[in-house]
Amino acid sequence: MPKDFGIGASSKRREDVRFLTGQGHYTDDLQLHGQAHAVFVRSNVAHGRIRSVNTARAATMPGVLAVFTGEDFKDVGGNPAGWLIKSRNGEAMREPKRPVLAHGKVRHVGDAYAAVVAETYQQAKDAAQQIADDSVIEELPAIIDMAAAVADASNRVHDEIPDNLCYDWGWIEDNRARVDEVIKSAPHVTTLELVNNRLVPNAMEPRASIGEYFPGTGDYRLTTTSQNPHLTRLLVAAFVLGIPENKLTVVAPDVGGGFGSKIYHYGEEALVLTAARKLKRPVRWTAERSESFLTDAHGRDHVTRIELACDKQGNFLAFRTETMANVGAYLSNFATVTPTFLHGTLMAGPYKVPNVYVNVKTVFTNTAPVDAYRGAGRPEATFSLERVIDKMCRELNLDPFEVRRRNFITPDMFPYTTPVGLAYDTGNYEATLDKVMEIADVAGFEARRKASAARGKLRGLGLSTWIEACGIAPSHLVGVLGSRVGLYDAATVRVNATGNISVMTGAHSHGQGHETVFAQIVAEKLGIPESSVEIVHGDTSKIPFGMGSYGSRSLAVCGVAMSKAVDKIIAKGKKIAAHMLEASEADITFEAGKFSVAGTDKAKTFGEIAFSAYVPHNYPLETLEPGLEETAFYDPANFTYPAGAYLCEVEVDAETGKVDVVAFHCADDFGNIMNPMVVEGQVHGGVGQGIGQALCENTFYDENGQLLTGSYMDYAMPRAADLPFYNVDYSCQTPCTHNPLGVKGCGEAGAIGSPPAVVNAVIDALHRGGITHVTHIDMPVSPNRVWSAIHG
Amino acid sequence: MTKVSMTVNGRAVSGDVEGRTLLSTFLREGLALTGTHVGCDTSQCGACVVHVNGAPVKSCTVFALDLEGATIRTIEGMANADGSLSPLQQAFQDHHGLQCGFCTPGMVMSSAALLAENPRPTPQEVRAYLDGNICRCTGYHNIVKAVLAASGQDVSAVAAE
Repeated sequence: MPKDFGIGASSKRREDVRFLTGQGHYTDDLQLHGQAHAVFVRSNVAHGRIRSVNTARAATMPGVLAVFTGEDFKDVGGNPAGWLIKSRNGEAMREPKRPVLAHGKVRHVGDAYAAVVAETYQQAKDAAQQIADDSVIEELPAIIDMAAAVADASNRVHDEIPDNLCYDWGWIEDNRARVDEVIKSAPHVTTLELVNNRLVPNAMEPRASIGEYFPGTGDYRLTTTSQNPHLTRLLVAAFVLGIPENKLTVVAPDVGGGFGSKIYHYGEEALVLTAARKLKRPVRWTAERSESFLTDAHGRDHVTRIELACDKQGNFLAFRTETMANVGAYLSNFATVTPTFLHGTLMAGPYKVPNVYVNVKTVFTNTAPVDAYRGAGRPEATFSLERVIDKMCRELNLDPFEVRRRNFITPDMFPYTTPVGLAYDTGNYEATLDKVMEIADVAGFEARRKASAARGKLRGLGLSTWIEACGIAPSHLVGVLGSRVGLYDAATVRVNATGNISVMTGAHSHGQGHETVFAQIVAEKLGIPESSVEIVHGDTSKIPFGMGSYGSRSLAVCGVAMSKAVDKIIAKGKKIAAHMLEASEADITFEAGKFSVAGTDKAKTFGEIAFSAYVPHNYPLETLEPGLEETAFYDPANFTYPAGAYLCEVEVDAETGKVDVVAFHCADDFGNIMNPMVVEGQVHGGVGQGIGQALCENTFYDENGQLLTGSYMDYAMPRAADLPFYNVDYSCQTPCTHNPLGVKGCGEAGAIGSPPAVVNAVIDALHRGGITHVTHIDMPVSPNRVWSAIHG
Repeated sequence: MTKVSMTVNGRAVSGDVEGRTLLSTFLREGLALTGTHVGCDTSQCGACVVHVNGAPVKSCTVFALDLEGATIRTIEGMANADGSLSPLQQAFQDHHGLQCGFCTPGMVMSSAALLAENPRPTPQEVRAYLDGNICRCTGYHNIVKAVLAASGQDVSAVAAE
């Protein structure tokens, strides 16, 4: 019987009611008295020297209130990189300044070099066009291809960086010689060169920001589409504009999806605040979708060569990878950690491979900045591993299920430290493989294949067994590795006098359902109705300093902080109850919403204790402060390590190259489950994005740096008819050993595990159809690419 | 500026608009009906779908001025008279057919139009009909399921729950 309340129940989402009735409050929905509109002047060339920006005519156009150029911001701070990576030779990464508005040079199509604020949006738009017409930008050769960027020292994205290289990172450098040796002497080595295609995150709500300034107090407010309002406040206030943090409130109201792209601070946020101060009026900006394509941080974009060394039975001996990672024109806030510590550290997968070495060269190009997108580094690692393993199995004529099973870290081996530095706390990879084979009816595949063949289609089965690391932590470790932030989170639990509860969380919900799921946890622990618990998030003036939501961390970090704050509430409640019940604190138990004296029928309800805390007439004031409100900050001891096994079945039309995903099965281990409905929804969404990457989506810049896939007319977002129903199982649970909820994280799993399952299935279909010369097809596996590969 | 009058969610409204003012802009800024969302600039995403004289229309593709006298229904007009969720809206909540909520108004308006045309659609028909509505959160599974459920069909066998 499924639970209908609290932890483990599929409670319906309370946030849905406002979204389903048009009552959500997204940033662009906010209309403010006296508001003015900002429009940005964006470069239409990928690389150019700014010879002049002439704003004189624009400034006199109807309705224009203010004009800004790069000159206005050249003395304020740059938007910083959040993680310092060191190269193999010990040198610090190259870290060019990322200005609010481009100054001196423009470095990608869409790079803003001026902005106009006017009474109306249309007036601002007209004046922005005038500035573009009146400015002189000398076009320089665009640097687009990564290999060429590194090879040609004369053509530079940033004049001070001669080889366009941000860093050349080795992980772990001490492994290198031994890995080289093992590969040289191995009985078999499989090599695969692949591209992990560049993606645009495409949250459906475009970015938007509204700046306000209150002259009477000198306070600012920024309402913005952010996944982490406190981090945005820290960056824009302390690093860029030099505003004291206590004078700036950042509000991220309802946010229409993020997937990473709204983690980062963007220059538009600094501009609207600066303009609001200058004009003493609210200043708003909302991206057009075209601007989102050009300026939101993109994802992936790796070119990788991976080698797998093994014996003839498929026992893994070593992995070695060389990757070039595109970072775009500037360093977005977490751009440097994504291809390194979120990628290289996952390159052992769920396998007991003894030797791994990863080399990543991260390269500047005249393209939009690239940063973490759902999965962030882990999809890239998983794709490389699961594709090369599949290729090896074909070369040695081994069963891909059996090979993975043979190489899994087994349950008796935990805790297990990999050769790339992670300490997996728990897992049961074989259990998820067994489960996915069961729910996918692998035994019945041959019959389904024959049925497909009878309809002229090639059917294939693709496997991916994946692991990821989420809820990145602990802070002292990430600090050693170069992080410039901590990775704890925080929650405040405020019990109101009448016994209902407000919880203020550092995590931000932009689709994940925190308002429902976090309330379930509090309600369960306190034995009160879920409806008595309100989750407050997204406003720095209300919530404690937390790091926000990304990297599947909300529950595993902030949720645990909240749980710990509730524990403090219960502990204080026991003291109050002991006084009221005239018993020893040690004799007070708390269960199902009641504080009782053990072994007696003397008890006080949670509501009575709450009331007493705020109306302390019968209360131990000599030893205990009144009130019932607790905050906890939680810095996890380790990452959590969700893992699973995915099976994809495709049908390929060999005549057209069209691939249809006809079934997709997931067996995941997310540890303990708080709300099964929400967990399934997260997996669905992740797998949908992963199939999108595998089959549809690509971000294509031409040799001049023009983005040819800059709208939904050209960038193939997966639509309803492109995707299947998903079969999701989460019954293989090995609870996380180092957080009290036993939870892992499920937000990114689908996007991590699914792309290689899809591509493996396509290759399998071709091979079963006798087309054995095709060993790899780069994503997106489009009809054109499949047809070309068949006929190649 | 020219005055335009129409009926929106059963209420007679009017406003002064430019010739270039889109229906989506008129609804959001002129009438403060911000439930209709704008997610793109090429009439692809479908977050702005409303009903014009009963037919689903992307409100970013029509000029307000061309709709003199028209009857418009938006997401704000979809609930039952007592304010409770309509069966279609309720199905979206029951089956977790939304996450961030941004595409949701358009999804509900398109799905309502589908069910008006085709009261018992197949899953393939639902997917085909929603071709003009992009969702980035759900992978569509639960949206399709919600629409099927709203049509009165048993969805317990839709993939595994």
